[in-house]
Amino acid sequence: MDKTVKIALAGEGGQGVQSVAMILTEAAAMEGKEILYIPNFGVEQRGGVSIAFVQIGDKKIGAPKFKTGDIVIALSDRAVRRVNMYAGHETIFIYDAGIEGVEDDLPEVAQRVLAIPALETANKELHPRVFNVLIMGALIGATHVVTLEKAKEAIEKKLGYKFEQNPKLREMNFKALERGYEMVAGTGVA
Amino acid sequence: MKVLPKIPKSWNLETKPHKFCPGCGHGLILKALGQVIDELGIQDRVVFGCDIGCSLLSWDFFNVDSVQTHHGRTTPVMVGIKRANPELVVVAYMGDGGGYAIGSQHLVNAATRDDKITVLLVNNTNYAMTGGQMAPTTMPGQKTETTPYGRDVSEAGYPMMGPEMVAAISQDGAYVARGSVARFRKLKEYIKKALENQMAMRGFSFVETLSTCPTNWRTNAEQTWAFLEDEMTKQYPPGELKTPTGKEG
Amino acid sequence: MGEKPIKGEQKAFMTGNEAVAWAALAAGADIMYGYPITPQNEIMQYWTRLAPKYEKKFLQTEDELSAGFTTVGGVLAGRRAFTATAGPGNVLMQEPMSMAEAMRIPTVVVVQQRGGPSTATVIYSQQEVTLTCFGGNGEGLRVVYSTSSHQELFDYTIKAFNTAWKYRFPTFVLADGYQAKMRESLVLYDPQEKGQKMVPTEAFVGKPGTPGEDRAPAHLRNTYNIEEELMDELAKDIKEYEEMTPEITEYEEFNTQDTDVLIVAHGIVFRSVAMAARELAEEGLKVGYFRPITLRPFPRQELQKAAAKAKQILVVESAYGQLLKMVKDNLYGLDVPIKGYLRPGVGITPEEVVADVRTILGEEE
Repeated sequence: MDKTVKIALAGEGGQGVQSVAMILTEAAAMEGKEILYIPNFGVEQRGGVSIAFVQIGDKKIGAPKFKTGDIVIALSDRAVRRVNMYAGHETIFIYDAGIEGVEDDLPEVAQRVLAIPALETANKELHPRVFNVLIMGALIGATHVVTLEKAKEAIEKKLGYKFEQNPKLREMNFKALERGYEMVAGTGVA
Repeated sequence: MKVLPKIPKSWNLETKPHKFCPGCGHGLILKALGQVIDELGIQDRVVFGCDIGCSLLSWDFFNVDSVQTHHGRTTPVMVGIKRANPELVVVAYMGDGGGYAIGSQHLVNAATRDDKITVLLVNNTNYAMTGGQMAPTTMPGQKTETTPYGRDVSEAGYPMMGPEMVAAISQDGAYVARGSVARFRKLKEYIKKALENQMAMRGFSFVETLSTCPTNWRTNAEQTWAFLEDEMTKQYPPGELKTPTGKEG
Repeated sequence: MGEKPIKGEQKAFMTGNEAVAWAALAAGADIMYGYPITPQNEIMQYWTRLAPKYEKKFLQTEDELSAGFTTVGGVLAGRRAFTATAGPGNVLMQEPMSMAEAMRIPTVVVVQQRGGPSTATVIYSQQEVTLTCFGGNGEGLRVVYSTSSHQELFDYTIKAFNTAWKYRFPTFVLADGYQAKMRESLVLYDPQEKGQKMVPTEAFVGKPGTPGEDRAPAHLRNTYNIEEELMDELAKDIKEYEEMTPEITEYEEFNTQDTDVLIVAHGIVFRSVAMAARELAEEGLKVGYFRPITLRPFPRQELQKAAAKAKQILVVESAYGQLLKMVKDNLYGLDVPIKGYLRPGVGITPEEVVADVRTILGEEE
């Protein structure tokens, strides 16, 4: 990886957007990468769209926010409308296939717009709780900013205390990560 | 009763005679404080903080470490010192404007937090340094520069009952009293108890003193005394409002 | 003293607020006074979690006036005391800091700028430059370090205690909401282990001995009877401030020999400017940058030197001309034209800077 990867991840409060960013950046930190992660915070965050701006690279990161992301992910209709401005000609824009009524809001300029059935898969095959981890898998599938192994280590580090009480959770999280990864890795974007 | 003109050891003689107006009560209060500092033997660990207003004229009054702060801010400066070095005995000296108006949030919160400091507040019913405007303690009907027809309580509000408020919001270990320069021995007793309360780390201590301001009251000696004794003490009854429970010795 | 908080060099990935709390610990700060305000809250939150483990203290005050004046009190008692604030809190903080300035009390304040006034945004701005440098009814005799990364937040918070105690001027670390809230990597260390000595503190009040007998009493005041008395006092402070200036001013520059566009920026905006300038310089364009690290005192001579070799100056900031005004003031007499790319209250990306510089270069052709 010779270029800094810029990621904007947006969703509704409670969808776990910031948790994904925390785990992902933790994994990148463990790999010795340079990282800059800034959540949108402030009044908007309360009852608004939650966004994580993450940059991962080998060199010191510059400005905290960016105009155009390499990967922009939106997990709700409001999130699509809030972050479509971060899409440029080289952006891969990913959104959940279950989101309705956003046809006109999808960024036309994006190199690729990808709808993935993340929510449906989480609900039917796994558990709604691991929806965000599935998204993290998709993010890694699209960018390879960290390896799946390191991502698992980071998950273990952050959620290990929960896994001790319920080991099944570990398996479910790892599975979600892999399912998400496959969803995107199979599409030839990365 | 005759008070012997004994000059406290903790006074700074180089700045005497002091800078207060003739007939002003500040000198008496500071004399009581000086005697208490001597009696408690704490000249080497008292920090005296004075506010803006006539109280600032006391910045070099004592041979004790002294800090003159900003208007209303003596309480937080003393809180900061005490929190950083609890060995010191801190005295925040201020007027009614500093304590009850511009710095009231500090008084309220230091009292509620039970900071182990002593606040000595001088109530002379007006902003004296600035030329006699209405203060929180101006009496109903009293004429000042900003209530030239007398304080109309329906317009300008009611006098602040400081010690009553502090007694209500402070904790069990607090000491709260209202003294008067007309009763020097009692006043000295209150100030001593307040400092002792701090030294025992029992709680917050607060003494309001009814004082005189003939310059701005535009009164002669007799009228000055009459206003203090007859008018002010009716509105502001002197006495101890709160003594710490669980007293030691 | 308890155990040392940091041993050896530790690579960390954390928020800027957390970095400040660690820096204060590493610097041997004794006590923090503070009042909640976004985006600096986590400095207090981390400090209150860390402090008891190392016998450090904290007081949550009733407002920023109190936070500032209690900090003044803590310093008077001879402790390494500090506070942190932002936005409207910084407005209130100016009153206690003007006392510190007038009495030469070495307070340390960390400011995380937000959009103003009042609530405005709790997020980010560079709108507190004038306030932090010149707030208060005084002459702005204070030191202001503007940081641009977590490493600098850590380094300069430690340094702020030393500058304050060495020169006895209130010292500010000026950052912003982005720096406060973002996470990035830095190296934590114990300054003493690196041979960076901490300037010892000294009590202003409550020193050993009985005042008036064993020693003179401290009579600290900011009341003067006549105008000349104040002027004399200030003249002494101003002289000392000016003597200190060459010893402490800090700046960074790049490609300042013969530039078509010299970009001036501070704080986090500098990061975008540095990226933009390097990108343009790689293309062979004559673009450089000058970054004041100390906004007070300002590196006047150094900027003048760089500006003298520039055809155009571009000031880039997340405010409507606060740095611009300082640049103009410091370049008075030079005839180099000065433009501003002014974006009050919003972040500035490298792309925007590149585009603006290209526009300027295009205009000139």
